[in-house]
Amino acid sequence: MTLDVHIRRDLGGFDLTTEFEAPEGVTVLFGRSGSGKTSIVKSIAGLLRPHAGRIVLNGRVLFDGEARVNLPVHERRFGYVFQDSRLFPHLNVRENMCYAARAGRRGASDPGSVAELLGISHLLNRRIQSLSGGEAQRVAIGRALLSGPDMLLMDEPLASLDGARKAEILPYLETLRRETGLSILYVTHNMAEVARLATHIVLIEAGRAVRSGAPDAVLTDPDMVRALGIRDAGAVLPARVAAQHEDGLSELQVSGGTLFLPSIAAPVGAQVRVRILAQDVMLARERPDALSALNILPVRITAVRRGVGPGVIVQMQAGSDRLLARITRRSADALGVTEGAECFAVMKSVAVSQTDIATGVQNGAPAQDVQSGSGLP
Amino acid sequence: MTDWLAPEEWQAVALSLKVSFWATLASLPLGLFCALALARGRFIGRDVLNWLVHLPLVMPPVVTGYLLLLSFGRRGPVGAFLYDAFGITLAFRWTGAALAAAIMAFPLMVRAMRLAIEAVDPKLEEAAATLGASRTRVFTTVTLPLVMPGVIAGAVLAFAKAMGEFGATITFVSNIPGQTRTVPSAIYAFLQVPGGEASALRLVAVSVSIAIAALILAEWLSRRVARRISGG
Repeated sequence: MTLDVHIRRDLGGFDLTTEFEAPEGVTVLFGRSGSGKTSIVKSIAGLLRPHAGRIVLNGRVLFDGEARVNLPVHERRFGYVFQDSRLFPHLNVRENMCYAARAGRRGASDPGSVAELLGISHLLNRRIQSLSGGEAQRVAIGRALLSGPDMLLMDEPLASLDGARKAEILPYLETLRRETGLSILYVTHNMAEVARLATHIVLIEAGRAVRSGAPDAVLTDPDMVRALGIRDAGAVLPARVAAQHEDGLSELQVSGGTLFLPSIAAPVGAQVRVRILAQDVMLARERPDALSALNILPVRITAVRRGVGPGVIVQMQAGSDRLLARITRRSADALGVTEGAECFAVMKSVAVSQTDIATGVQNGAPAQDVQSGSGLP
Repeated sequence: MTDWLAPEEWQAVALSLKVSFWATLASLPLGLFCALALARGRFIGRDVLNWLVHLPLVMPPVVTGYLLLLSFGRRGPVGAFLYDAFGITLAFRWTGAALAAAIMAFPLMVRAMRLAIEAVDPKLEEAAATLGASRTRVFTTVTLPLVMPGVIAGAVLAFAKAMGEFGATITFVSNIPGQTRTVPSAIYAFLQVPGGEASALRLVAVSVSIAIAALILAEWLSRRVARRISGG
């Protein structure tokens, strides 16, 4: 499933002109609040009419301003998961989930396997008023899935939930991605969700798609730091669990070397993604010794971007992966950080952001979003 | 059952119930339509419709009755047409009483329904559309079930109002025993004759009980709609 979007809409304050493509997999529309992400998704679903442009899903034209094609919402075959779950208050969980089969004459009338996938089988006969926020959102996801959609649109599905509820749902989204093979367009302004779910990223700034591509390329592009948000900028690296040590540390192999993290719940050999924020990376010209930090990777500087403030964004090559570091301009000058220089990146903190374990969700919710300081005492 | 009411009193109660029942039932579809148009419609003349619907509430009932007589009387434009085309006469018949009651009760019915419709979150209807439901299916499977208690509450209120209608009825269809003498007309008639107070008081008791029962029922139903929509 490939979605081609090219829309223009005058949104009162600013002009929304967006053009991007969502390939197979999970495409994340990332941008700050008010950047126009929701308007874009609503336009794709048909809840908002663009003034001009074209929206094509796998060759099927959903909207064409010039040819005056504008398929109504109910004929577009998207599953839409809203920020608020929007469950029907007069129906119970099962009736909500099977609504599409009943009223839309499409999709499945048996919630069985989907309910199991989302861990809500025991809720099927409950009234929706009795559900917690996390449960309601899982029911909403199930309802969208059961409508037999060509593609899933998820508009900040976790934004209205607290941290614990988010952690409860994220593993299910990963399972969904793996087991249904359904393409998803996922809107968020939360970098942790991007790191965990994205297979493709589209960066939205003031209604425009300013950059798109694979997560590792987009997230480590020093020119995108401003759009990503200075605190959220950072690299996501693939890693393999090399060993689980007796002192409680897990050893991870990345292309540029070895990382140590407090033990993570993944077996040896598992593929995981680790997220290293730019603000957690220090630079040293020589390999530091007598340092509490365990994670030191040899790197080569590939780009240096000076901003208006006192900070400098440094892009580095570590093995076949790229890293970002945010350091002060003073340090950059003192260390002679220039393109091509060989350095050492010292990581204060590394987080495992996603596992690609084939077995899927284990024990309900694996704790894989652990922030772990490598500089443990 | 009937022994505590004299035959002519009972006749008035039965007639009032019949008139109110048909007035309510016949105006339900139009009432729902007007409530929908006023709550959701974006059209020119929406204010005029709103004004027309509410007119019977603020006009003296005798004016409404007289206007009905002018237009629906045998020589009135609508009345003449109905008689010539279908042989239907409304003036001085119970059907005319039902028409007068329906018009007088209409604003109450529309208001109750409109409030219920406005309380429905359009976001739920959006969600239904994304699940493949067409506009009519969204209406029948989401909107209507959610406003149903409001619709019923509107109908109950309209019924109670119709039971109490007097001014427009007596002007339009007069006060003919067995034909158009509803409970209020009967009370009025009993008060005009010496010794009629006892009969009048019994009918007053009937009127008050029906009105209170209707109010309680309507209140209970609107609380239900509120609970249903807020999801509490």
